[in-house]
Amino acid sequence: MHRVVITGAGTVNALGHDVPDTLEAMREGRCGIGALEFQDVERLSIQIGGQVRRFETEGRYNRQQMSLYDRFTQFTLAAAKEAIDQAGLSFSGDLAAKSGVVLGTAGGGVSTWDANYRSVYEEGKNRVHPFVVPKLMNNAAASHVSMEHNLKGPSFTVSTACASSNHAMAQAFQMVRTGMAPAMITGGSESMLCFGGVKAWEGLRVMSRDACRPFSANRNGMVQGEGAGVFVFEEYERARKRGADILCEVIGFAMSSDASDIVMPSKNGAARAIAGALADAQVNRDQVGYINAHGTGTAANDKTECAAVADVFGPHADKLMISSTKSMHGHLIGGTGAVELLACIMALRDGVIAPTIGYEEPDPECALDVVPNQARDAKVDVVLSNAFAFGGMNAVLALRSV
Amino acid sequence: MSVQDKVVEIIAEQAVLEPGDVTLDSTLESLGIDSLGLVESIFAIEEEFDISVPFNANDPSEGDFDISNVASIVTGIEKLIKEQKS
Repeated sequence: MHRVVITGAGTVNALGHDVPDTLEAMREGRCGIGALEFQDVERLSIQIGGQVRRFETEGRYNRQQMSLYDRFTQFTLAAAKEAIDQAGLSFSGDLAAKSGVVLGTAGGGVSTWDANYRSVYEEGKNRVHPFVVPKLMNNAAASHVSMEHNLKGPSFTVSTACASSNHAMAQAFQMVRTGMAPAMITGGSESMLCFGGVKAWEGLRVMSRDACRPFSANRNGMVQGEGAGVFVFEEYERARKRGADILCEVIGFAMSSDASDIVMPSKNGAARAIAGALADAQVNRDQVGYINAHGTGTAANDKTECAAVADVFGPHADKLMISSTKSMHGHLIGGTGAVELLACIMALRDGVIAPTIGYEEPDPECALDVVPNQARDAKVDVVLSNAFAFGGMNAVLALRSV
Repeated sequence: MSVQDKVVEIIAEQAVLEPGDVTLDSTLESLGIDSLGLVESIFAIEEEFDISVPFNANDPSEGDFDISNVASIVTGIEKLIKEQKS
């Protein structure tokens, strides 16, 4: 078994168009959630979200590329470039042949579906652009990353709703750990902030109209976000020998399925994934200093997640910190775990714990240290990142400072 | 603008060339337009003239829409406009 480290990170999300801007916003507890802007937004009952602003495609992508790149692919390519540039890798020969791309997304090209359904149903057109299918398919982003960076190894897309990115990164981790790949590009992206994308979520009646306030007694639901997070996972000895700047080590993961309900989370399923990640990483529970929570701001998730953490950690649950950065960037659905991994890296590398903003009132059912409203300086050695998806599919990653 | 000028403009845009660089005896291959580019050009032509072009990318020689060069494409489109607009 090989050790696996992260040597590059990239992102586009409502807090910033790169990692430094995003981490600065997290340190400052800035909120990226605001009024949504797109066609027909006035017909929605939910009109807020963590929308990416001022992401100019002109100059970034040419006309031919624009006809092939849905917004979720555009975000992914920008984030992948930042990550691969930071890692200082260029893929050729054996490295290219063995390295691949595993990304998560729940919906893929949702805005492409939306725009073309609008054109044929509402506007009555009988013809769509020839690239609608290659633009909207869920693996489009992973394919374009592989084409752009000459990655010819194992590549695919994972779709497990809100846990997609964590499942994807777990796959990439496993490939590098077992020696199957020397390096993997991994993470995830989502862009469903369009009329149809938000309208579908409205139907579930789990969305907040004003703010995402995870763990706060007056929380009233989740807020959608959009964007991408992409990382370079690399075999440790290889990274060390070439003098790469190592951001942190990935030390374990676990996945579990609740096998119980299509939307309601299960304490047992979440706890099994958390405990499984600790066991896989071979760390004791009292070594964990920080958990980046799934923390959606819904009544169901936050209570269940806190109960699962209390179950697994026992008395240590009161000593560790657990925060939800969804309060700032919104819930990126299939891309959320990837953007949230940045908060884990910041905790390990910079000793700064990202806050749960919008926290107003303690909830006795979420009685943990949720790092309310203000970032905190703290030295932590081991951190976890939780993701619990609709459909009861859970994936938890464990990381350590190097 | 004549049908020919418009078709030349669409093909030139696809090939990232100036319309003046596209001649009637140019082939799509000589202009660097691949199969995806051809499908996109046909889409643009259908949109521009509001016609339906019988073209199957699996077998471009099937049907009587001749794509051997720019002149044959222009002739084919003029015929389709006449048939479908009358």
